[in-house]
Amino acid sequence: MSDFISFFAQSLPKLLDGLSTTLFLTFLSLILGFLLGISLALGRIYTPKIISWLCIGYIEIIRGTPLLVQLFILYFGLPSVGIRITPITAAVIGLSLNSGAYQAEYLRGSIQSIKSGQMIAARALGMTKTQAVVHVILPQALRISIPAWSNELIYLLKYTSIAYIIQVVELTAEGKFIAANTFRYLEIFTMIAIIYLSLTVLFTEIIDRIEHRIRIPGLGAKRTTLLRDA
Amino acid sequence: MHMLEVKNLHKRYGASEVLKGVSFTMDKGETKVIIGPSGTGKSTLLRCINQLHPPEKGQVFLEGVEITDPSVDINKIRQKIGFVFQDFNLFTHFNSLQNVSIGLEKVLKMEKEEAEKRAMHELKRVGLGKFAERYPAELSGGQQQRVGIARALAMDPIIILFDEPTSALDPELIGEVLEVMQSLAGEVTMLVVTHEMGFARNVADEIIFMEGGHIIESGSPKQMFTSPKHKRTGEFLGKIASLYGEE
Repeated sequence: MSDFISFFAQSLPKLLDGLSTTLFLTFLSLILGFLLGISLALGRIYTPKIISWLCIGYIEIIRGTPLLVQLFILYFGLPSVGIRITPITAAVIGLSLNSGAYQAEYLRGSIQSIKSGQMIAARALGMTKTQAVVHVILPQALRISIPAWSNELIYLLKYTSIAYIIQVVELTAEGKFIAANTFRYLEIFTMIAIIYLSLTVLFTEIIDRIEHRIRIPGLGAKRTTLLRDA
Repeated sequence: MHMLEVKNLHKRYGASEVLKGVSFTMDKGETKVIIGPSGTGKSTLLRCINQLHPPEKGQVFLEGVEITDPSVDINKIRQKIGFVFQDFNLFTHFNSLQNVSIGLEKVLKMEKEEAEKRAMHELKRVGLGKFAERYPAELSGGQQQRVGIARALAMDPIIILFDEPTSALDPELIGEVLEVMQSLAGEVTMLVVTHEMGFARNVADEIIFMEGGHIIESGSPKQMFTSPKHKRTGEFLGKIASLYGEE
């Protein structure tokens, strides 16, 4: 055990290096994916048929193909048409485009779960459709989509490890290097698994607190959590 | 010039024609009540007036302006037509005060402070000054509907359309909503679809009886209740009276 701890301490600086790349990829892709996702969801629901179809087409293509294949196309495929991007750029673009498609569907579900009376009441007041969406529909829909969004965050956190295949040195890739030098595969990947797990628990808890804080009074279930209430 | 003039309104949903040529007028300060069996186009008529459901044929004039003309900015028109819904449709993420002030802020572009002052005034008018901070899910149905009325009043509309405002309420909550509406009579022009015959008799200046997409007849409450011209009107009022124990 003490050996495991000293090996952990020894590997920690490298792992933290990798972790910072992992977190960078996760949050940047989550935010860019959110911006893309909200545009796609609104495009799918509120725009004329032709734009709506384009949004659906995009979502289906992205969700219907493996993330790995998408990353290969970006990183190995694009240079053959003269576009060269760094591994990290390819990873951010790939993960964002991918996450955007999934987030679009979460948001669409939330938006469509809002009772039609909300839109009708907003329009009856004299709001334009855009005002109704911004002031009435989205504030409710975004709250509803928080649990799905929390899911997307921990999904992204773990799936950034795929970027290792296009030579991004994130947490898993650092582990692979250390393991290749020391042959201590079991220990290093156990450490990495623990790091991922700690982060997912932490993120879930944070989002849970945010959800609780901005919940609509009188609506929604009481909070139950793994960790003790502060 | 009438405050509201509805001329030969037609509306169909798919194969079924819901409104088959409806015409009537309203003057300032009048309260008119529309009664009639379910599915005869009463709610559709209200939604055609504020163009939530645009009619296929016919015209609606508000203060002499044809609002069925496609070139008018319907958002500008709707600011002047209050609408109170059967199932309240309060914005669930806003408290009572915000529900009333949001239209003032976003549609009429009032300053937030001024809008909230005005909203508070309207909440007090419907007896809910103490409930400004409550969210819709924390209010009874009757309270929610009163917030709905305050929301409509705040915009200072030319007319308020009420679409069965008490139909979704428990019987003991109906009174508080009708009381508020009664207090507005004469001050605000109101067009009310309802099955509350007591309200119709006591408050309405005129009762309109609709059936099958037509106005069958209209007249003063006294005339409609005591000597309806049309056989169907008498039958309907008789049925309602025996159901609700009126007279």
